[in-house]
Amino acid sequence: MTGNSLYGPLDPAPDAGWTDAPPRMGFFTDTSVCIGCKACEVACKEWNLVPDDGFDLLGTSYDNTGGLSANSWRHVAFIEQRGAPHGDVLGAAAGPQFLGMPGRDLPGRDPDAPRTDFRWLMMSNVCKHCTHAGCLDVCPTGSLFRTEFGTVVVQEDICNGCGYCIPACPYGVIDQRGDDGRAWKCTLCYDRIGDGLSPACATACPTQSIQYGELSQLRERAADRVAHLHGQGVGEARLYGHDPSDGVGGDGAFFLLLDEPEVYGLPPDPIVPTRDLPAMWRRAGLAGLAMAAAVVVSFLGGRP
Amino acid sequence: MAEAHPVGFQYVVEAKNRGARVIHVDPRFTRTSALAHTYVPMRAGADIAFLGGVINYILANEKDFREYVVAYTNASMIVGEDFQDTEDLDGLFSGFDPDLRVYDQSTWQYAGQGDVGQPEGAAHADRETASGLEQESHGPPVPADVPRDPTLQHPRCVYQILRRHYARYTPEVVERVCGVPRDQFLEVCAAWTANSGRERTTALVYSVGWTQHSVGVQYIRAGAIIQLLLGNMGRPGGGVMALRGHASIQGSTDIPTLFNLLPGYLPMPHHRQHETFRQWVDAIRHPEQQGFWANAEAYAVSLLKAYWGDAARPENDWGYGWLPRLTGDHGTYQQVLDMIDGRIKGYFLLGQNPAVGSAHGKAQRLGMANLDWLVVRDLFEIESATFWKDGPEVATGEIVPERCRTEVFLMPAASHAEKEGTFTQTQRLLQWREKALDPPGDCRSELWFFHHLGRLVRERLAGSTRPRDQGILNLTWPDEEPSGEDVLREINGFDVVTGEPVPNFTALKADGSTACGCWIYSGVFQDGVNQAARRKPGSEQDWVAREWGWAWPSDRRTLYNRASADPEGRPWSERKKYVWWDPDAGEWTGYDVPDFEKNKPPGYRPPDGATGVEAISGDDAFIMQGDGKGWLYAPSGLIDGPLPAHYEPAESTVRNPLYGRQANPTHKVYDRADSPINPRSAVYPYVFTTSRLTEHHTAGGMSRQLAYLSELQPEMFVEVSPELATERGLEHRGWAHIVTTRAAIEARVMVTDRLRPLRVDGRVVHQIWLPYHWGGQGLVTGDSANDLIGIALDPNVLIQESKAGTCDIRPGRRPTGGDLLAYVEQYRRRAENNDG
Repeated sequence: MTGNSLYGPLDPAPDAGWTDAPPRMGFFTDTSVCIGCKACEVACKEWNLVPDDGFDLLGTSYDNTGGLSANSWRHVAFIEQRGAPHGDVLGAAAGPQFLGMPGRDLPGRDPDAPRTDFRWLMMSNVCKHCTHAGCLDVCPTGSLFRTEFGTVVVQEDICNGCGYCIPACPYGVIDQRGDDGRAWKCTLCYDRIGDGLSPACATACPTQSIQYGELSQLRERAADRVAHLHGQGVGEARLYGHDPSDGVGGDGAFFLLLDEPEVYGLPPDPIVPTRDLPAMWRRAGLAGLAMAAAVVVSFLGGRP
Repeated sequence: MAEAHPVGFQYVVEAKNRGARVIHVDPRFTRTSALAHTYVPMRAGADIAFLGGVINYILANEKDFREYVVAYTNASMIVGEDFQDTEDLDGLFSGFDPDLRVYDQSTWQYAGQGDVGQPEGAAHADRETASGLEQESHGPPVPADVPRDPTLQHPRCVYQILRRHYARYTPEVVERVCGVPRDQFLEVCAAWTANSGRERTTALVYSVGWTQHSVGVQYIRAGAIIQLLLGNMGRPGGGVMALRGHASIQGSTDIPTLFNLLPGYLPMPHHRQHETFRQWVDAIRHPEQQGFWANAEAYAVSLLKAYWGDAARPENDWGYGWLPRLTGDHGTYQQVLDMIDGRIKGYFLLGQNPAVGSAHGKAQRLGMANLDWLVVRDLFEIESATFWKDGPEVATGEIVPERCRTEVFLMPAASHAEKEGTFTQTQRLLQWREKALDPPGDCRSELWFFHHLGRLVRERLAGSTRPRDQGILNLTWPDEEPSGEDVLREINGFDVVTGEPVPNFTALKADGSTACGCWIYSGVFQDGVNQAARRKPGSEQDWVAREWGWAWPSDRRTLYNRASADPEGRPWSERKKYVWWDPDAGEWTGYDVPDFEKNKPPGYRPPDGATGVEAISGDDAFIMQGDGKGWLYAPSGLIDGPLPAHYEPAESTVRNPLYGRQANPTHKVYDRADSPINPRSAVYPYVFTTSRLTEHHTAGGMSRQLAYLSELQPEMFVEVSPELATERGLEHRGWAHIVTTRAAIEARVMVTDRLRPLRVDGRVVHQIWLPYHWGGQGLVTGDSANDLIGIALDPNVLIQESKAGTCDIRPGRRPTGGDLLAYVEQYRRRAENNDG
């Protein structure tokens, strides 16, 4: 165990007080083989009895879920990246036109080197089960807790709906349900993995885009996969959330992406808001001490 | 494939990870394209031009697997001198009758066999009854002693005919017809040919939308020609695989729901052509022919024994007289038109939703609104059960609920998880499925329903002496409801005296001592064990995995696998070793069950005058064919020609760039006012095609009722390119309506780069894509894409052309009520006057 529970590399379950904790479990989501079938979304809802999230045509490619929410614990993002315009077919007159579509000019794109081929990226997003979980750190009721598998779970019978956890998540994952005010998110199927089963989404995934397992093994597998893809000429493959020295101490659910994180709607440099708590307290303490010292000095100095 | 078959697509992903190159050819960029190395956009309906281009590439560059082609295909066979090709007749083959619009096929025959071909009158009847290909796996009669030129130099040998026929399908022509850039097309040709031959094989995988064209059968034929030329048939990793639209569609042709077939591809008898049992059986087995269909009498008698048990006796021709007869076209579209005309009184719909899922939705609904009774068995109250009260025609006033005469019986059905049985998939593999839970409420399985329906009908008819009732009264019908396994046991076949299951179809007899419900499935209950229920994991057996499920026939995993060995019986290569001749043991052996007589050596040559199985030579790999060969050229059996030729779809925006003939000259249309076809007109300037979304299932009956699926694709939409959106003023997420001569439907607009304009024959062609999942019932509702589609049918199998049509698209919602009819009518008039 490191000396600090709020940032840096850490094995979270023992840190949380679990003795003889099993290995930390997690997800490796390899977006390079995701076919956007959304079986993960459906399997998650079926197993966890998550209500539907409304019937709205969003117009964001084939994504009508919109994002992770209290009622969507897996979310498949679809990103259409435009290649060269079809000027060759239509003649010079027709150029690209802005039609109000999302998915253009995303941050992270290099405007000087536009793609020549059209790409349709798909990615199944999920709670990251951070090593340093802001939601858990700020939960006043103990509803959010660290499991023996190192995952982060909300206990629905304890949550009082205070909502502190929501701004504390650097990824915008955890969310309150409109009708009951409580916070809901992926449990990494806590009620399955304890029985040796895989989470519902990973079980349903037909292409093994979602892989469940011991985090240490998943990290090795992911590194091999990136090397393999680089060998196949897919130079843009990169991992996201795998690094224990990042702003959340590494994610329990990490990803292989084919573009910058922002393209998928992921923060490029997430930092757990509670990372700075010690410094804040230190500074607050210092300020308090300084104030006290000033008071003392003023009293001492007041009477020559 | 990723879109409609996501679970099967895992193997493509696996292959890609192991280094396979994935090429996807499709009018629109789909989820499959997203994972492919190369995406090739093309114009819907131009596939034969594309595949013909591949054939031309193979032949012009001599990329064919020559030893395989000479030994196992009919490349060397010499065709009669009267045969004329589309090259000679500007898009027609010889023998065309312009009045009946069918061919006299006699000039297509091999040399010296001219009298065998079918005269045009018979071809017409065959088109009516979809029987050109009814004996799907064995083809029509062809004598074995055909003149051949193994050097392939004879000007009339099939190989040379093929060369001449496809010579005009150059890469430039492919580009012009399909809109596929030349270099992309050549990339496909290079990849396909480089990955075929002695050491490697390529699989051709298609989804059944490929068949839904007025030249659908010839699409598949074109694919088969390529696979034969490249030596990809009967070998591991090869083949032509049809991905079915949903579970057990293969099973529903093996034990058919088709009007023209009986179980095991025995033809449904025709009232005139098969008056007697002998005529019927001889029409199947062709007494002079070689091959395994020669034993058809045993299969036929055993089927009749399964139907009628002890009542099927030699003196009554095994009850042949009780079988229903074909009198003409009883295909699904003819039936619908007959309903409109009042000639059909009742209709059963079992898990089918034609009000949404079949072409020309309006005709479907008007037909069903003119019945005495309609039984709908489904999981939910689908549109085909509610059309009379809330269908689109109620809004237009064409159906008045108070006056609609149809009495609808909605029977709640059990889902696949609520009943036991088998699914048969594309590899002909039967997989047994256990019942997971009891169906809720009054929902019941089909087996329960038909058992009791039969029981009640027989009670009503008891004591009847009318001849027409005897077929029903004499059926073997148990008093107790049988189990799924009881049915499978009967399908397998048994000895009628002992009741013991037969080991396979070679044990079936024509003397009435065996009964068998479907001869090709014989063996599925071998040794009294349900072989389809075998579930040994792949990791615990070899790569062929023969202990998983059971494949027909006789548990063969790859058909025609004699072709996996060279003519001498040796594997073509160590890498592609599969089935081979063991000279020491004197038998065929290998990883699979050999698709050949076990002890017939490769050097066997039949004696003169041999017929049936005896006439199969030691190197005749295609044992069900009349000549033992894979057919590059089909000398008979196909109504629209011995070779695939590119014709435009019945509705097309361009003139056929290849021939003077615009569309398939023999395709079937119903010439009546309520079954119109768009003329080629500037009024309908765009190409449209339809298909499925991963999130929904076919006509939506199983998905639009479920919140978890409905929320993922909640509204009917139409995909257009940004260029077309600009041209027509369509706004992303706004409304648009699409118009054909039959209907106008509305949808939300999805502007996407996944559709792109193509340059075809010198001009820009815009394509529109529509999903066909929506209807008026369920959690999410919308207009049905199939309402747009007309009834133009492939002449061989009567499948509709639902994957290529023409239309207009305009911004905004469609008119409603009577205005809608006037709007569509106004389009029709403008098109007739060619008033673009």
